[in-house]
This record gives sequence, structure tokens and C-alpha cells, in this order.
Amino acid sequence: MKQGLIILLCVSLAGLLSTNAAAQSASWQVPASVAAGNSLSIPTTGSGKAVVYIVGPGEVLRREVQLGESAVFAADEIHSAGYYTAVLVGPSSTETAELDITPAAVPSQLSFLAKPSRLAVDQRNAISGVVYVFDSFDNLIVQPLQAGFALSESGGAVRNQVATSRNGVAWIRLDSAPKAGKADFQVHVGNLMATRVVQQVPGEPCNLRMSGRRMGDQVQLQTDPLRDCSGNPVPDGTIVTFKETYGNDETTVDVPLKRGVAQTSVPVRDGGVISVATGVVIGNEIRWGHGQ
Amino acid sequence: MNVTKWRGGTTAFALLAMILGVAAWAGEKPQVRVEGAETVGPRTLEDQTREAVVRDYLAAWQTMGKALADNNVSQLNADFVGFAKDRLAKTIRDQQKLNIATRYQDRRHDISLIFYSPEGLSVQLLDNVEYDVQILDHEKLQATQHVRARYIAVLSPTEVQWKVRILQATQ
Repeated sequence: MKQGLIILLCVSLAGLLSTNAAAQSASWQVPASVAAGNSLSIPTTGSGKAVVYIVGPGEVLRREVQLGESAVFAADEIHSAGYYTAVLVGPSSTETAELDITPAAVPSQLSFLAKPSRLAVDQRNAISGVVYVFDSFDNLIVQPLQAGFALSESGGAVRNQVATSRNGVAWIRLDSAPKAGKADFQVHVGNLMATRVVQQVPGEPCNLRMSGRRMGDQVQLQTDPLRDCSGNPVPDGTIVTFKETYGNDETTVDVPLKRGVAQTSVPVRDGGVISVATGVVIGNEIRWGHGQ
Repeated sequence: MNVTKWRGGTTAFALLAMILGVAAWAGEKPQVRVEGAETVGPRTLEDQTREAVVRDYLAAWQTMGKALADNNVSQLNADFVGFAKDRLAKTIRDQQKLNIATRYQDRRHDISLIFYSPEGLSVQLLDNVEYDVQILDHEKLQATQHVRARYIAVLSPTEVQWKVRILQATQ
């Protein structure tokens, strides 16, 4: 009985030792990180065949390997930056490790959002530029990078601003220029450049003013050339509204701006009041009296 | 990044852990904590927008887990666009070729919204996330791993929801 117990203990101990030996039969050395676009070699030790998995949302790799040799992944297999779980399934044990695939250091693509594409002149902080920086494998480069923004106006003036990216994104805000016209909005990161066009259009007219001249039984009305408060001509086609009020009667005429001015004619009515407006801007009034 | 490692093998303990792990796998909602900030970068983030972004981001994790488990690319359309969708679709196609499936179960999210672009077309967030991942090769469970990682995500508004455009773990 006693002898049997000793044999049983010996068998159990031998089994435990062999399990431990087997558990140690497969091991490997996974590097902590590898840059996207580089090859990866994972040396293994032990004997027998094993399978290596590298798993993450951005990549799944599987490689059968002879223990004692390295599991090799080619440069074109390692693309997606991120955290990966590495698993070695050996004949008698499973090993796990963590692996970071980092973005390539060199920027290769810019995603540049410039807004708005059209806006009025002289608006404070109205233009925004946002750039996301990627490597050649579409990985967001999270290391800080200098982004140079430049707004080149139609008159030749250039406004520059530099921003440092944080977590892969850099942004700025700029005032629109006082002068209307097309502006090139560029961003530079390393050797990369992206351009967007921002159309700066005149703002609301300043000092809307009309004059009237009698022509028979009609009054010929004409505005002065319309300009915004920065002196830019208001674009043709802008609607100007003339309104004649006589007692309870109202006559309204909408006229598009042509060559910078709006003109129309309304019937002469002694005691009538003629006003002019465009958009939110109200101009002067003319009171038409006897003898005018 | 800290990783809680589970070392598999042939021991009874490992088998028990595997069985318990599978049993406890499905159906649990992750714990979520969102760090509050009214202004993230150049633009004020309204409460409704913040709630919508977080809701849609968490939904994207569920979608990702299901798509990778089912090896079904079309499921990604619901919550992903752009680079994130392309990348996950490639992973699924690779899984299909290798006859592998992966199961992701998010356990905890610690989310900080860090950037809301001036024109309102993108929101960036950081997520210290904990999740479990299982690897199945020819439907055989090979490993289960608990992971803590820091993800960076960029979401864009679409017609009715925010969709994930970039999803990338970062150091």
C-alpha cells in the first residue's frame, strides 16, 4: 500500500515535470514595437511546429513556424498602426505578447479641410483650416509636426501661420481679407502641400444712396455705385429694391445691379416718398413735392 | 500599455478558465466614463453633440466586434467610413482567407473628447479602453486576451449619425 502510494506520487511528479518542460518548450521574443512598412522577425525557441498569430482590428496575420526558427513577416505585411496581440500556439503551450505597430515617421498624405469656400471680406476668424497628417499606409501620425498655413490673396499679400499638430491634427483660424477675390489657402507639412481655393466676396453695401430726376411723368431713379465698407464693388446681380409710398398705395420695384448701379423709373406723384434698400442695408429717401 | 496575459496550455485550470471565459463573453455592456469638456479645441461642443458622438462611437465598437466575429464586411457600413472602414474591411477579408475569426468584447471605455473642428466636420477623441479578444482558427479557440489600450478615433457627421473615420491604437 505504502509502496503503491510512493509510485503514484512519483508518476504525478514526473507528469508535472514533463508538463512544465513541455510548457517551456516554446518561447519567443517579440519586439515591443515595429514601424509600419518594416519587416518583423520573431525568434522562437523549442522544438516542433507552432502557429504565430498577430491580431488587431487593423491587421490579422498568421504564420506557421518551426520552433527554433524565426517567424518572419515581410515589410508589405505590416501596414496598420495600432496595438496588436501576438500569440504563439506551440505543441504544448501558448505564449502571448503585445506588439505596437507605429506609424511611419514621414508624412505622406494630408487631409486638408478649408472652410468656407466662399465668404464675405473682412470677417474675423471666419476662415478655418484643419489638416490631418497620415503616413503612406493611411496611419494617423500622432507625433507633433509643424504645419505651415498660408493664405495668398489676389493682391499678392500672403498671410502665414504655423501650428503644431497634436494627435495628428493641426488647425488655425484666419480673418478674411479686406480685398475681394480668389485666395489660395495652402498648408505645408514636411515636403507635402495641399491647396484649397477660398473665394472672398464683397460684403454688404455701405452708404446706399440714390438720386432722382424727373423725365416727363416719370421719376428716373439711380443709385450711386455700390461698394462695401472696404471699397469693393458689390457684384452685379445684387437686388436693389425701390419703393414708392403714396398715401396708402405702395409700389415696389426690384432691380438687379448692373455695372455697379441700379436704376429704374416710377410714376411722379406729388407728395410721394421713394425709398431704397438692398439686403439689410437701407438707403436714403426722396420726397417728391410740387414743382420738383 | 498594460496587458493582462493569459497563458494557455493543457492544464485543467486553463481549460476551466477558457470555458468560464466563453460563458462570460457575450451580452455584457461596457462601463463608460466620459470626461466632460465644453470647448474641445476651436469649437464649443454642445451636450447633445457630445452625447451623440459618444453613443455612435460605442455603437461602432459593437459593430466592429460583430463584423470581425462574423467576418462580414457589409456590417461595417452602419458605423464606419473612410480609412477606418477600409482597414477593418481588409482585416475581415484577411480573416476570411485564413479561416480565422476574432471576437472583441469591450469591457470599459474612458473617453476624452479632444478636438472638435471649427467647421464641425470632425470630432476627435481618446479612449483608454479595456477589451477582451479571442482568436479562433478554423472555429477552434486559440487564445483569449484581456487588453488595455489607448485608441484615437476621428468621427465625421453623416446624414443621421456620426461615423468613425479613423480608429487607431496609439502608444
